[in-house]
Amino acid sequence: MELGFDREHILLRQMLKEFTENEVKPLASEIDEEERFPKETVEKMRVAGIMGIPFPEKYCGEGGDYIGYVTAVEELSKACATTGVVLSAHTSLCAGPIFEFGTEEQKEKFLKPLASGEKLGAFGLTEPNAGTDASKQETIAIEDGDYYIINGSKIFITNAGYADIYVIMAMTDPSLGTRGITAFILERDMPGFTIGKKEKKMGIRGSATCELIFDDVRVPKSNMLGKVGYGFKIAMKTLDAGRIGIAAQACGIAEGALEETITYVKERKQFNRAISKFQNTQFVLADLATKIDAARMLMYRAAYNKDNNISYTKEAAMAKLYASEVALEVTNKAIQLHGGYGYSREYPVERMMRDAKITEIYEGTSEVQKMVISSYLLK
Amino acid sequence: MKIVVCVKQVPNTANVKIDQQTGTMIREGVESIINPDDLGGLEAALKIKDQNNAEVIAVSMGPLQADKALRECLAMGANRAILLSDRAFAGADTWATSLVLAKAIENIKPDLIIAGRQAIDGDTAQVGPQIAEHLGVPSVAYVNEINLNMDSLIVKRMFEDGYQTIKVKTPCLITVLKEINQPRYMKVQKIYTAFRDGLVEVWDNSKLNIEQENLGLKGSPTRVKKSYTKGVKTAGKVFEVSPKEAVQIIVDKLKESYIL
Repeated sequence: MELGFDREHILLRQMLKEFTENEVKPLASEIDEEERFPKETVEKMRVAGIMGIPFPEKYCGEGGDYIGYVTAVEELSKACATTGVVLSAHTSLCAGPIFEFGTEEQKEKFLKPLASGEKLGAFGLTEPNAGTDASKQETIAIEDGDYYIINGSKIFITNAGYADIYVIMAMTDPSLGTRGITAFILERDMPGFTIGKKEKKMGIRGSATCELIFDDVRVPKSNMLGKVGYGFKIAMKTLDAGRIGIAAQACGIAEGALEETITYVKERKQFNRAISKFQNTQFVLADLATKIDAARMLMYRAAYNKDNNISYTKEAAMAKLYASEVALEVTNKAIQLHGGYGYSREYPVERMMRDAKITEIYEGTSEVQKMVISSYLLK
Repeated sequence: MKIVVCVKQVPNTANVKIDQQTGTMIREGVESIINPDDLGGLEAALKIKDQNNAEVIAVSMGPLQADKALRECLAMGANRAILLSDRAFAGADTWATSLVLAKAIENIKPDLIIAGRQAIDGDTAQVGPQIAEHLGVPSVAYVNEINLNMDSLIVKRMFEDGYQTIKVKTPCLITVLKEINQPRYMKVQKIYTAFRDGLVEVWDNSKLNIEQENLGLKGSPTRVKKSYTKGVKTAGKVFEVSPKEAVQIIVDKLKESYIL
């Protein structure tokens, strides 16, 4: 048995491999090329129970755990990083905080359809002027009787447009800085809530990344997630967990690129032999495989900690920092071993390299991960 | 309605390696899977369950490691799983295997028994029909379509050059081809519950009470003289040309080989 995995995790991985091979891999190049959201795959993921892995059955989840969920992100991302991030944003950034901080009523109303996969989730923190410095939120929520009225906008929102439920951060008291931020649950059909322009991106091009625009959106107070002023705390906690998912995505991309490369070097002949016979190839592959394994260990340790209620903030940051670097290095070297063919869109490794870059940026850049890690060292 | 599905855990390989000395398969280092035709049988049963609220019971004879195959059946949606495992069963040929399966099925009393056409390791296609013989129920092999009536089935039996439509009274046994359907994925929630204790029942011969001389190697009339892998032919060449050019190519080739 593999370190840290139970029998159900091994069977789950087997199912996910079959699912990825049959349903995800055949679409990966097409959705990248056409910048098309893989709606049909998300529907198949719902049927298989992939959309609610870590949530209890009483909330229509699968009764699984975080290790199972990151296994899913990893396996999907081996073939298609877009599909991986659709699941990651849905599970750890939207359903996750509602499960962790929501009232019983909110869980009934929002978590159940998210965990069953009937509805898709998204999360909104980033704004044009509030990236790493999330305290500069310009989206404002003003109290009005039983409602809050929200005005402002968010950018770079994953799953935007296709998601039905959004966890959004807004300033309820700008004078308090981060302590003036509050989290709200918004629904796609609320009047005044519109989806803005779609980003044209370098990678994960099938993923829908758009602007959210709030124009006098009346949100009932019952949709407030956590207490007034707790939004920043909720966002940071949510991103801690989300980072394990992104680390899993990065591991998946790297593993996928390595698999493609191993197949290629065995087939490709130069100087009358397969290029796998050259020691340069062998040494590069050995290095990459070792780094991938190290990244996976960090990633699964963070997931294990989360499942076992052990602190995982630093561990998640380390996992994401390292796994994203490994993903970029592995995909880069994968192209190098493919030579000219690797640079061509006929082979998947060029897409994988474009996809890998985002893992160093979203859900906290690598620099933010270093801030988080060092804050634990210099306490 | 009660449906028994017979499943076999087999090595996942298209070209099984044979130990030249013993004439048996080398199983070491080969991943085990559910036999593909049996997976079709399970899916067929689960489809009936989806529509008619049937109870699906997966039954397998094999070593304790076959537990994994039965957990997979549970994760796909089977209600129960029974592993028939006893040292005395070891070395059984198709006759001794089908006897054990039949005795177990007698205990379950199903309305329908579904087996895969044949296993990818032995390829005999005998166990299914033999179970029906032991039980004295009708059997239809090579089924590619099932329609359920009150107390009968209408099934389509496939041949290489055509098919038969057959009405068969239940209880009965059918063997199905893997082409009958596309098996569903295991459901995540069921994967997590499939490993709970007691879900796979293990029955040994104390439950089945079969005479020792009818079990395992002793109960097997078959003796394997020799097993071998057929030599691989070299790959053919495809010419996409007009009929006229094709004739010329054929004539040239025949001349080359001094046949003409």
